[in-house]
Amino acid sequence: MFEKIREMIAENLNIDMNTITEGASFKEDLGVDSLDLFELVMALEEEFGVEIPTEDLEELTTVGAVVKYVESHQE
Amino acid sequence: MRAVICGTGSAVPDKVLDNEELSQMVDTNDEWIRERTGIARRHIAKKDTCVSLAVKAAKSALEQAAIPAEDIDLLIVSTISSNVVLPCTACEVQKEIGAVHAASYDLNAACTGFVLAYQSAQSFLQAGFYRTVLIIGSECLSNLVNWQDRGTCILFGDGAGAAVLRAESGNGYLPAAHSDGKKGVALKCKSFFDGDMENQRFRQEEYKMQMDGQEVFKFAVRQVPAVIMEVLEKNTLALDDIDWMILHQANSRIVEAVSRHLKVPLAKFPMNMQEYGNTSSASIPILLDEMNRDGRLKKGQKIILAGFGAGLTWGASILEW
Repeated sequence: MFEKIREMIAENLNIDMNTITEGASFKEDLGVDSLDLFELVMALEEEFGVEIPTEDLEELTTVGAVVKYVESHQE
Repeated sequence: MRAVICGTGSAVPDKVLDNEELSQMVDTNDEWIRERTGIARRHIAKKDTCVSLAVKAAKSALEQAAIPAEDIDLLIVSTISSNVVLPCTACEVQKEIGAVHAASYDLNAACTGFVLAYQSAQSFLQAGFYRTVLIIGSECLSNLVNWQDRGTCILFGDGAGAAVLRAESGNGYLPAAHSDGKKGVALKCKSFFDGDMENQRFRQEEYKMQMDGQEVFKFAVRQVPAVIMEVLEKNTLALDDIDWMILHQANSRIVEAVSRHLKVPLAKFPMNMQEYGNTSSASIPILLDEMNRDGRLKKGQKIILAGFGAGLTWGASILEW
């Protein structure tokens, strides 16, 4: 799951794969802002069939948090 | 018959509110706003109203078309932000410009309003009901903005744009438009007439615009490319046939995402939200007027107008310049 999401982040947000670790913070380490995150959310929703409401966005601050979120919400 | 635009006009208030000045009102800054929205300034009405801005835009469009106001058969104003509920903005404009023969009414479809006004005008003209139609998008969103909410107050501005349409021989393009009321809560604003005010139970912020940014962004980035493809297919045209994609000027990041999703170069997506912010139903006709007057629009070019916004509503039309 981490590898797949890592690829999606690299592709959708145009970020170097090597910098995308599980502990990486979107804001501080990857320079991703809220609108970039919306685009990633859209890609995740389409790929994994999950729905990520706005309220849940606050907890998705790191790559690892996204991996956990998708794993626990996937059908 | 088909509808042809034979004149455009626009007007914005003189008062400019730039990001610097805004950052003294709420906790924000120029760089943050520019990166996330593409907006640097917006014009704010002090003395102007939806009516006065619409009148200026209308007069300028009629002058360019060299059509007297008495010739107008139908006058539609798209607005959500008039300071007056009755009479409607369109009737006030009719009075001011002397469009004595025009049937006049307002249309409320938020940021999709101008596209729907165009589609309405087009239908009336193609049906042969009318020969000359004036459509206007006019907004004083500063009336509805919560100036304490840094998430939304940075986005909006005031202005108006107008277009005069005439029926000519030939075939028009089929339109595309949709709405999804189930997702309406993503962009909302209560009216002062709902009773809560009298009971003193009201929450001030509910009477100003409230937006779920993520929902609106996702909606726009999903539906705008889809409705553009739909309108092309309906008219058996391809993306390559289109010279300009004139999108509602909500946010440069939305426009960039639509360009990426469609794989159409960003150069085909003109933008002016840097100067005006999001002016809702006025944004498309203001941009259309700018491009008309600076010579970017050339005869025979095919243009897509695409609007999206509260409702939720969205739609697209193809027109030939």
